[in-house]
Amino acid sequence: MKTKQVETDFEVRSLDSMCVNESELVHPWWHNFKYAAVGVIFGIVFIKAEIISWFRIQEMFKLQSFHMYGVIGTAVVVGAISVFLIKKLQVKTVHGEEITFTDKKFNQGQIYGGMIFGLGWAITGACPGPLFAQLGSGTLAIIVVIASAIAGTWVYGKFRDQLPH
Amino acid sequence: MIETITQPWPWYVAGIIIGLIVPTLLILGNKHFGISSNLRHICAACFPSNISFFNYDWKKESWNLFFIGGILVGGVISTLYLSSPNPVIIHPDLAKDLSQYGITDFSGMVPVQLFSFESLFTLRGLIMMVGGGCLVGFGTRYAGGCTSGHAIMGLSDLQWPSLVATICFMIGGFLMTNLILPYILAL
Repeated sequence: MKTKQVETDFEVRSLDSMCVNESELVHPWWHNFKYAAVGVIFGIVFIKAEIISWFRIQEMFKLQSFHMYGVIGTAVVVGAISVFLIKKLQVKTVHGEEITFTDKKFNQGQIYGGMIFGLGWAITGACPGPLFAQLGSGTLAIIVVIASAIAGTWVYGKFRDQLPH
Repeated sequence: MIETITQPWPWYVAGIIIGLIVPTLLILGNKHFGISSNLRHICAACFPSNISFFNYDWKKESWNLFFIGGILVGGVISTLYLSSPNPVIIHPDLAKDLSQYGITDFSGMVPVQLFSFESLFTLRGLIMMVGGGCLVGFGTRYAGGCTSGHAIMGLSDLQWPSLVATICFMIGGFLMTNLILPYILAL
């Protein structure tokens, strides 16, 4: 059934922050619930710190509030210290596997795509993660925004070869 | 205790927890924090349409779909059990600006006067919900990541292309909010 290009190339996968080094271990599917548990915590933080608030995003882009800069800045500092320690101490996963990092390669997409996403971020007041938390918070109409985002991704995939990278 | 939890959380608490998600995912299974890839996985799972970009084994990335499923559930739990009884505080200048365009309900996380099934039948609502969503989906994939994959995971790993992407996210956002959005809101 599958004939050509079953796997996208390594570079594309790493650019998309997809898992490039596949685990040799095979886990039963329900092991994925540990990632769902992390997601639940993330979702709660999104709501409790008002990160998914459309108003907070507008305040960020109007420089009326430090809140979002504080959240992202602190997250980067904590993340960077963690990554540094993981590399330095060669921390392994809970299954004893090596933790690996892949360098991101620069391409023009980061400029054009980045600005296009920025425009959308300011309109919807949400990046892809908060969209799901907004839906969870009871604003059912956000399903339209999510469906549109999926459509946008599909259009990108369709015309990817014609776009400058 | 529960009163502390139901208050809105300060930025440093949120920042620390989000930052800790990076090592948690790495240690749980060498997974790199990123969310927008899910939009691609959904395309690959539902509408691959013989496009090579969507022909890959999305099931290998299913952890990420569980992750966003968790975010959705977290949103439900937080809203049902942990929500603050007080209204969300909004900068007075923003409230004044928005009221010019008839947006006066600041009670929710999302302005119901802009994002609702009814507003979908107005030009303004259609542009904001469908147009905005498309820009998010197209732009994140074109850029190879969103706020989580580039701004948090990429910067944590000191990747300069992620810094370029993050700066461009901000440029796009500033342009939209300050120069373009007023015209859309006036529709």
